[in-house]
Amino acid sequence: MSFSTFCRNGAGTDAFVMRCLPLPLLFFSHPAFAAGAAAGAGAWWVWPLALFVVCFFLGIVAVPAGVGGGVLFVPIVGSFFPFHLDFVRGAGLLVALASSLAAGPSLLKAGLANLRLAMPLAFGASVSAIGGAMLGLALPANVVQVALGLTILGIVVLMAVARKSEYPHVPASDPLSGMLGIHGIFRDAISGEDVNWQVHRTPLGMVLFLVIGFLGGLFGVGAGWANVPVLNLLMGVPLKVAAGTSSLILTTASSSATWYYLDNGAILPVIAVPSVIGMMIGARIGAHLLSVLNASVIRRMVIAMLFVSGVGALLKGLGIWA
Amino acid sequence: MGLKDAGQYEKEQLRYAAWLHWSTLLGFLTLIGTFVAYVFGILPARIPLERLPQVWNLPADKYLEVTGMPKGWAWIGMLGSGDLASFLGIAILSGCSIFCILAVMPVYAKRRDWIYLVLCALEIVILVSAASGLLSGRH
Repeated sequence: MSFSTFCRNGAGTDAFVMRCLPLPLLFFSHPAFAAGAAAGAGAWWVWPLALFVVCFFLGIVAVPAGVGGGVLFVPIVGSFFPFHLDFVRGAGLLVALASSLAAGPSLLKAGLANLRLAMPLAFGASVSAIGGAMLGLALPANVVQVALGLTILGIVVLMAVARKSEYPHVPASDPLSGMLGIHGIFRDAISGEDVNWQVHRTPLGMVLFLVIGFLGGLFGVGAGWANVPVLNLLMGVPLKVAAGTSSLILTTASSSATWYYLDNGAILPVIAVPSVIGMMIGARIGAHLLSVLNASVIRRMVIAMLFVSGVGALLKGLGIWA
Repeated sequence: MGLKDAGQYEKEQLRYAAWLHWSTLLGFLTLIGTFVAYVFGILPARIPLERLPQVWNLPADKYLEVTGMPKGWAWIGMLGSGDLASFLGIAILSGCSIFCILAVMPVYAKRRDWIYLVLCALEIVILVSAASGLLSGRH
């Protein structure tokens, strides 16, 4: 079977991804591999190469699963790789930042990201992200690991139960969004119709973005998993604009926390750069496979992966599993 | 899908997008170029690559202490070292938002959109403070 035939066969591609995805994790979590790494034995390039491969696969599934790379990266790499959690979180922030920066320009040009909506929310998130980064680097690693495990399990629940609304009904904009001039029109490519949108509950949305930014800085997980539900379900932003604006907010919020990690020596290029490159290449392939992969199957698989890595982080933090 | 934001705010959005595109491209190219020079030994590393597995499991502060790697912005004067040169790409990517916000501020000023102009100024203060190390107590 040629590759193009293989790709056209949706079921075959699904099965291939489902079979191949856990392989890198199983291999790298093998006791012999972990023992060698713990002793500092072996060639230095093995782990960065492993990181590249894992991030490549994470990038492929992140797009159809509708999550950012950072939320998959930190718990999985933090649980299965020998790097200290400080460096994993620093690399996770850079992965989230790079992914959102790469998508930002086209989202803005297409009207799927709204600068006027993003600016006030990103301001709050970037301030609190620095606070999260400060606390994260000050706390003992096992405390952060336990908190990360619990947060990831919370994200699993959120992903499993949260509904989405393509075009939420917003009867009237609130006074704050009216004063800030937050509204817009975008053309839906599928229906061909112009969609007018406005937002409500802006003050509560701003408060929640403070919390989201803090968690993003603390754990280095990015925050698309929380940005989109708040924008879409709480503030009433159409789903596509919510997803695009979430990415734009991340470019600023992740940036402020990344500076703090960089300034405190918590970014190692040999960990961060292969992760960013692997994730970017994987995400491009994931975007191309979007039409042939069964997104709901991939999403369920990602939820399962997050659950396993969340439990792993929790056990590691509690000292039950090394 | 095309940008149809009632035309009113189109200019700032497109300007922001253009600056984001070019600064991100510059950051990625620098990141990849310096990293290739680092791992292939074109630029010598301050910490030998073979030694990294012994230190990458240490907390960040302990890692700095053990390796003697520079803190804050001290790396900017040591770009001849491969491991520190890689920070240049990371710094450009982290600074993209600063360039973009600075680029749209004149649009807000011309429109007398004072709320967003102040918001931009505050965001710049936050990002520059984070970048400068002011918040790390190492200024």
